[in-house]
Amino acid sequence: MRAILLLLVLLPALAAAQIVTRDGITLTQPQEVRAEAIGDQLRCLVCQNESIEASGASLAKQLRVIIRQRVIAGDTDKAIMDFMVQRYGIFVLLKPPFMPLTWALYAMPFLALFGGMLIAWASRRNRVPAPPPLSEADRARLDELLR
Amino acid sequence: MTPLRRRLLFGLPLAAVVAGGAGFYTILRRMQSDQYDPHYLPSPLIGHRPPAFSLPGIDGAQGFSSTDIAAPPRPMLVNWFASWCIPCLQEAPMLGLLEKTGLPIWGIAYQDTAAALAGFLAQNGNPYQRIAADTSGLTAINWGVYGVPETYFIDRDGIVRSRWAGALTYQLIQEELNPLLAKYS
Repeated sequence: MRAILLLLVLLPALAAAQIVTRDGITLTQPQEVRAEAIGDQLRCLVCQNESIEASGASLAKQLRVIIRQRVIAGDTDKAIMDFMVQRYGIFVLLKPPFMPLTWALYAMPFLALFGGMLIAWASRRNRVPAPPPLSEADRARLDELLR
Repeated sequence: MTPLRRRLLFGLPLAAVVAGGAGFYTILRRMQSDQYDPHYLPSPLIGHRPPAFSLPGIDGAQGFSSTDIAAPPRPMLVNWFASWCIPCLQEAPMLGLLEKTGLPIWGIAYQDTAAALAGFLAQNGNPYQRIAADTSGLTAINWGVYGVPETYFIDRDGIVRSRWAGALTYQLIQEELNPLLAKYS
């Protein structure tokens, strides 16, 4: 039992020590996971709807190598993203950052909601009120007419 | 329903469809006439000097470095190309014409070999005053190059003023390069 417990405690350490090789770069499993998370957020400049991680283009492969080298060197995620943005512009980011150029983009859901509420409010206001219930005299006359 | 409401109910969706159609038509027309490219990426290098680099030439010949293009005597082009690149073949006659006008063109061969380059230049002419070789392609990444050919217009202060991705065409020279030359000469 104690052996199994010890094994359970040590297993994550084993995972961390596992070595993988991607695009000719050898790194530990957690480093590879980090590198993939970064690459998934970057656009391949050659096939523009693919991420660097998913693309088969040779430039994407080179960029994957650079990401892994920088992960091994201990760079932060932000430093690696900045490295890419400095060279290729914000277009390289698959998720556009919040900045003056993208304000309209991020405001769009709220503008749509506001617009919808405005339309709903206007149509409620313009609704013709229901006619008052018929008086006794009216009802008698209606019965007369319908007979 | 008042007549105005009825008219709006039919008119507004119709107007939206017509506006959308006109928009798509404009996009397609501009794509056809090469005025609009949905894959176009603006270069972050515009308004800045190219990042520091130093590249050898082909087969031990003299290459060039960032200091060599930091203050050119007149505006120049830096053209990224490769012998294996098909649009570069199409572009070669254009570069030849530009060279005849006296515009300095310096070339950087992207991920290429000396033998293939020698064949390419012999076949298509050599419009370049100097050629550097970026065999690893790492300098290209620092420039933000994402394909060949790419052409950078560099003014007398060594600052990048424009970048064309893809082959230079007669239209681009007329509409974009010539005004830049007039402005920065």
